[in-house]
Amino acid sequence: MTQTPLIIPTLLASLLATGALASIDVPIAYLEMEVERPPVLTNLDPVPDDLGRMGAQLGLADNATTGGFMGHNYTLNDSVVPLGEDWLGAARAVLAEHRIVVVNAPAEALLALADLPEAQGALIFNARAEEEALREADCRANVLHTMPSYAMRADALMQFLVSRRWGDLVMITGQREADMAFAQALRDAATKFGARIRAEREWDMSSDMRRNIGQEFPVFTQDFPSHHVLLVADEAGDFGPFLEFNAWEPRPVAGSAGARPDAWSDRVEAYGAAQLQLRFKRLADRPMGAVDYAAWAAVRSVGEAVTRLNTADAGDIRDYILGDAFELAAFKGAAITYRDWNGQMRQPMPVATRTALVAMTPMPGFLHESNLLDTLGRDRPETACTAFD
Amino acid sequence: MIRSTVSALALTTLMAMPALAQEVWVSNERDNTISIIDVPTMEVVETIKVGARPRGIMFSHDHKVAYLCASDDSTIQVIDVATREILHNLPSGENPETFALHPDNRHIYISNEDDNITSVLDVVDRVIVAQIPVGVEPEGKAINRAGTIAITTSETTNMAHWINTETFEIFHNSLVGSRPRHAEFTSDDARLFVSAEIGGGLHVFDTETFEELAEIRFEIPDVHPHDVQPVGFKLTEDMSRVYVALGPANRIAVVDAQTYEVLGYHLVGRRVWHMAMSDDETKLFTTNGVSGDVTIIDLVRGEPIKTVKVGRFPWGAAYRPAEG
Repeated sequence: MTQTPLIIPTLLASLLATGALASIDVPIAYLEMEVERPPVLTNLDPVPDDLGRMGAQLGLADNATTGGFMGHNYTLNDSVVPLGEDWLGAARAVLAEHRIVVVNAPAEALLALADLPEAQGALIFNARAEEEALREADCRANVLHTMPSYAMRADALMQFLVSRRWGDLVMITGQREADMAFAQALRDAATKFGARIRAEREWDMSSDMRRNIGQEFPVFTQDFPSHHVLLVADEAGDFGPFLEFNAWEPRPVAGSAGARPDAWSDRVEAYGAAQLQLRFKRLADRPMGAVDYAAWAAVRSVGEAVTRLNTADAGDIRDYILGDAFELAAFKGAAITYRDWNGQMRQPMPVATRTALVAMTPMPGFLHESNLLDTLGRDRPETACTAFD
Repeated sequence: MIRSTVSALALTTLMAMPALAQEVWVSNERDNTISIIDVPTMEVVETIKVGARPRGIMFSHDHKVAYLCASDDSTIQVIDVATREILHNLPSGENPETFALHPDNRHIYISNEDDNITSVLDVVDRVIVAQIPVGVEPEGKAINRAGTIAITTSETTNMAHWINTETFEIFHNSLVGSRPRHAEFTSDDARLFVSAEIGGGLHVFDTETFEELAEIRFEIPDVHPHDVQPVGFKLTEDMSRVYVALGPANRIAVVDAQTYEVLGYHLVGRRVWHMAMSDDETKLFTTNGVSGDVTIIDLVRGEPIKTVKVGRFPWGAAYRPAEG
């Protein structure tokens, strides 16, 4: 287990607000499980090694500035558990010292951590796993989710397509687990918003499409029924990026590639986001990704709660974050809050290509009785989560 | 060829005229220009090319020059009001967004939004005389009439920092709602108003006790609360009214600055952020970023009277009274 404790010094004592302020230490841990990345066709866009970790560090820096004025000392202990090493052992060690942990790990590893005796009463943020079950039947009272679920992403895209009147769709899916999960979310979203997936096909990944996609793909898509948009569920970015301009019909691509719904895009610049993008780029020397954003939002949520509550107690922070008073300005146009029935962070979501923002969802006209952001993902009446009752 | 000579002549004649009518100068963030609106005719009479990403704009207290934050050029530009020419660029620190001019007409307090710094600029010696660490993304700036207190609001830290203008030290911090954008003192210096864009409220503080006197909230029929985002505002000299720009709600709120009651709303262009008020307080000029225009509101009749097309993403506005 590699460990890089990072402590950002708080601002000069002279900057502390006048009056007697008790100093409060707020230790936060960031724990990541290294995972094997599936091989993809192109090596041009490697997944950064510090994806997520840099987001947490930026959140820490933002918190520390505010903390300097409040007498709150934030620290971030970030660690990565290498492939094949003892995840739960590392989790126990971290939980022994920290009651607030931001986790960047697959769903099963997250659940195993959350179910440790040491994790009871701790506040855990899921900054990576998109599985619906984590917010539903497998929800845990000690886990909040800053990463949106597959359903939220699919709903965001479908709202955009439906508001463009592009309701006739076809879909190509990859064969990996994540591809199938996102494809299912897209099917559910199409049903929810009245679009039609008129045909589906699974892509066999055995050939190197960089060479022959121009021959294979038109034929592969030739007998698709007429459609407005070609959906692709290819979460690893394997073949999806090569589909555009190579299908039988000249139709835009959306989903995992093309116009992609996500927690974040480096193309967002309104809502003050240009400043966040710049701060991140200065820190990490690369653009901010969705996992970075989710980790940043987790650390900032803690900071916002500590600022308002003047306590570092994990239980108090959790209750405040789930309560009505909490709101976080998070550079997507609307304040961030959390769903009190399953701990999912509500959030607007960008739909963006690699070059430009297409839309910020929820789209105008998709109404909700209490919160427009709850038009994205499973809503309270549908939830199977009971841990938050 | 002939035509351009004639218009150049006409311009020269105009510029030679001693009297200047009232004007509103509008900074266009995505056009790198300033649009000058002639108040009597309510038309854009001139467009000045300026530095990159112009945002904060204001006049010197004698209205002889205009100051402009050219954010992406990291400079404050000084523009001669009579000739419309950029006289020189002043040091500003990195990425200046907004600023306020001290009553001494010499010191400008600048928000350096990417560096968590408030810089203090001496416009006579043309040097930065102090840099004060503040919260994340400093924005709103205000200085009281007595010249003793400067305010910086920090958008991500959610605070108004109270800065002593003699020592350049922060002597108090007030927590406010999310994303504080703008601050202003009442004319008697007794109260401070701070807007919170994402928080959705306008906070009022007592400047002696720092106590929060009120948080003004806005509820507009048929407008979703998400879209009610207070940004810029203006207090009248007699402290009877405060006019508040509500961002994507596309409205200006009219608020009783004594009772804090919201009296009504004016519908303006899209995503209204900042505004300028005429010196007789009969007209308000609002910058509508998304629709790229300025709405002129007649405050006596209590209604918008004209929309004037300006450049892309109008950000700030400053009013210059008649001269000569």
